[in-house]
Amino acid sequence: MQLQMAASGSVSIALAGSGGSGVMTAGTMLLAAAAKAGAYGLMVRTSGPQIRGGEAAAMLRLGAQPMSSLDDGFDLLLAIDWQNVNRFADEIVLGPRSVLIGDPDEGDAPEVFKATGARYAPLGMKKMAKAIPGSWVNMIALGLSGALAGLPLQALQDAVRDAWKKPDTLDANLNAVAAGAAAAAQISAQLAQEGGAMTQLQVSAPSTTQRWMMSGNEATGMGALKGGVRFVAAYPITPATEVLEWLAPRLVKVGGTLLQAEDELASINMIIGASYGGVPALTATAGPGLSLMTEAIGLAVASEVPIVVVDVMRGGPSTGIPAKSEQSDLSFAVSGLHGDAPRLVVAPSSMTDCLGATQWAVHLAEALQTPAIVLSDQFMGQSRVITDRPPDHGLVARRVTAAANTPDYKRYRDTPSGVSPMAIPGTEGVTYTADGLEHSEAGIPSSQSRDHVMQLDKRQRKLTQHDYGSYWADIEGDADAAVITFGSASGPVREAIERARALGTDLRLIVLRLLAPARPEQMAAALQGVKRVIVVEQNHGAQLYRYLRAWYDFPAPPASYHRPGPLPLRPAELLSALLEWRNGK
Amino acid sequence: MNTTTNPAAAVVAEPVVVPLTAANYKSSYKPIWCPGCGDFTVLSSVTKALSIMGVPPKDCAVVSGIGCSSRIPAYTTCYGFHGVHGRSLAAATGLKVARPDLQVLVAGGDGDGYSIGGNHFLHACRRNVDMTYLVMDNHVYGMTKGQPSPTTEPDWDSKLSPGGTGVRVFNPMVVALASGANFVARAFAGDLHGTADIIAQAMKHPGFSFVEILSPCVTFRPEQRDWRKTVHEAEAPVTDDAALAARRLMKDDGMNIGVLYAGDRAPYPASVRQPRCTVAELEAEFAL
Repeated sequence: MQLQMAASGSVSIALAGSGGSGVMTAGTMLLAAAAKAGAYGLMVRTSGPQIRGGEAAAMLRLGAQPMSSLDDGFDLLLAIDWQNVNRFADEIVLGPRSVLIGDPDEGDAPEVFKATGARYAPLGMKKMAKAIPGSWVNMIALGLSGALAGLPLQALQDAVRDAWKKPDTLDANLNAVAAGAAAAAQISAQLAQEGGAMTQLQVSAPSTTQRWMMSGNEATGMGALKGGVRFVAAYPITPATEVLEWLAPRLVKVGGTLLQAEDELASINMIIGASYGGVPALTATAGPGLSLMTEAIGLAVASEVPIVVVDVMRGGPSTGIPAKSEQSDLSFAVSGLHGDAPRLVVAPSSMTDCLGATQWAVHLAEALQTPAIVLSDQFMGQSRVITDRPPDHGLVARRVTAAANTPDYKRYRDTPSGVSPMAIPGTEGVTYTADGLEHSEAGIPSSQSRDHVMQLDKRQRKLTQHDYGSYWADIEGDADAAVITFGSASGPVREAIERARALGTDLRLIVLRLLAPARPEQMAAALQGVKRVIVVEQNHGAQLYRYLRAWYDFPAPPASYHRPGPLPLRPAELLSALLEWRNGK
Repeated sequence: MNTTTNPAAAVVAEPVVVPLTAANYKSSYKPIWCPGCGDFTVLSSVTKALSIMGVPPKDCAVVSGIGCSSRIPAYTTCYGFHGVHGRSLAAATGLKVARPDLQVLVAGGDGDGYSIGGNHFLHACRRNVDMTYLVMDNHVYGMTKGQPSPTTEPDWDSKLSPGGTGVRVFNPMVVALASGANFVARAFAGDLHGTADIIAQAMKHPGFSFVEILSPCVTFRPEQRDWRKTVHEAEAPVTDDAALAARRLMKDDGMNIGVLYAGDRAPYPASVRQPRCTVAELEAEFAL
């Protein structure tokens, strides 16, 4: 890949080492320090397949503007040791302007990194840490990388003060950060002599808007709570576990309950049971768990019980690549139930949007009494981001319920909207049996054609007739060539489009937040004046492309740019793909 | 309640309490069961037990999976939930933990509970949520017309397993006891009142109570008509000693009727929790 270091106004740093070397801690503190300095940024975690002790890297991008994508390459790779760090060569892309720092006592830097032409600056970090009793080498790395990136020592040390739990060693590690920063000054001077200092963070005017720092999985949890979820059933799975672990203590604080299930078959049925009881309910999982849950999601469709299932997508099929991102559960989410089973599929478009999109999914599921699948992914879920406080769209759970002693109450009454008042257990005079068997309006099992057609129509109608407002998609620009994408792909796509505009090629961006049901009228409006369309996504099978072709009309057959994970989509890669498509035949 | 010191109480008439009878819990829907099915009597035992409990139908939920016996929720006037095959205990667990005010009764068959739902059975026993699980065990898959279930004898001949499965039977009472169920009993569908009494005891007992009900399938297992002759009262009274209960199960002929074990393990905490803070307050942790 030809590396094009864009003038993105941001600085990208990778901290790598073997597990236990503390690079994730250092990365998290580096992000926190950037936040203190008034900057924006994100941190992506990557690690080898080992549970503990394998190679790990914290990949950061810091800048003066909010961002939701990694850059094309890295300005700095700092490795505390080199054990298997060469395995990250495809992820941590370096170029001649990059800086490579390693500890010579841990061996020479791997050839794969040196061959990029990156400038190598060996530094005895372990010895530096040893010289400050009680300090840790990752704090040397924090001071070094932070100062090289242009962060003030004060911000770096404040981040350490916030995070350090043991007072006896705090001073030692503050000194370690200072020592790292001092070494950075020497390295910077040396680099300046040898053809240019490392790119530095330029935050001329620190952001004055209220900013938040969170991971996508935490934002998803917050979206659930804000939407009104008060029951969660949990079965651990990478990379969704943090959603559940974040919710566990907080759900209790707001009067809710989290229950650990014996498997995903149980967790999905538990949330259906809780929601049948009137309590908005959610679970979070990944592809393998979603596969197990599928039968019961169909039950929620048929029995009209609102639930929210968050799928933090990872590489598939089967166990696949658990800790790496991919957008390859889309086909399964939109069509993976037996029978004609309309369901909602909502996709957050960034770490920040994990909050709003999940909250919206809770609102929609409750309003429409049907399951909503939230398609997040590992990239968004496990990355931390400094962002502007997301706007609150205020959409919360509001279920249409049956009043006590409603005359001639029928749970599955064929209403014009398709939504029928739901009797909540405890309500007098409106008892009924919720059923996955096809049923009459009263909920009595029925194999009659009339009942089947009526209930199928009703369940479809309530989804297609609903007014989803403008939140169904983000539409940016009015060019006659449009890029359609969803989820975490929209970050690098948006950045590629910005670069294309700077080069004189205008493109319209359509980021779909509502994947199912399809919105043909709204899509026609979004495509007004568009002559050509390309669909961009991160999977092997062009799943979004095929789905869109099945459901939407396009002015001309759309093009497709798709490739699987585990490597994230990069702005430069997409820029060349988009320019080639736009300027091609 | 002190009625003399409260002036307001003097003018409020005591509500007239009409005792609930079994009929109040029986719906007007006609069961799909075959004539002679044991489940008819179990339904009557359930409605009688509910009337003994006296909880109004609106505050009871009957949850089931798939199979002949799993049709029971709609035959009551309670709130019902007829879910997917094998997952009744999971759905009921979610319901009870989210709504601890409800009386939750779970019902189903041996295939639903011991085969496809076997894992949930283990974990429901050990989790000990305060609910009652009735398994109408007829040692056969009836709804699919006669295949062997986990409790079917290994030599029982069928189209699906000609000559028998050759696999030993599953012992639900042993498994329930070993997994931590707080109440373990066996009943016989042919004894309406005795079964109603055991179900009521199970519902009153805190935690997860399990009642294995021998409920004959006269269509696919006509020989089970003889169960009426072979069942017998348990020879020993209920115990709270799990080791003693286990020893009794070692000598069990499968036809002992009665409550075997009633333990005192604390139920899964399902109390309604009062909010200690608002979601807006939680948002502060994200703020820089």
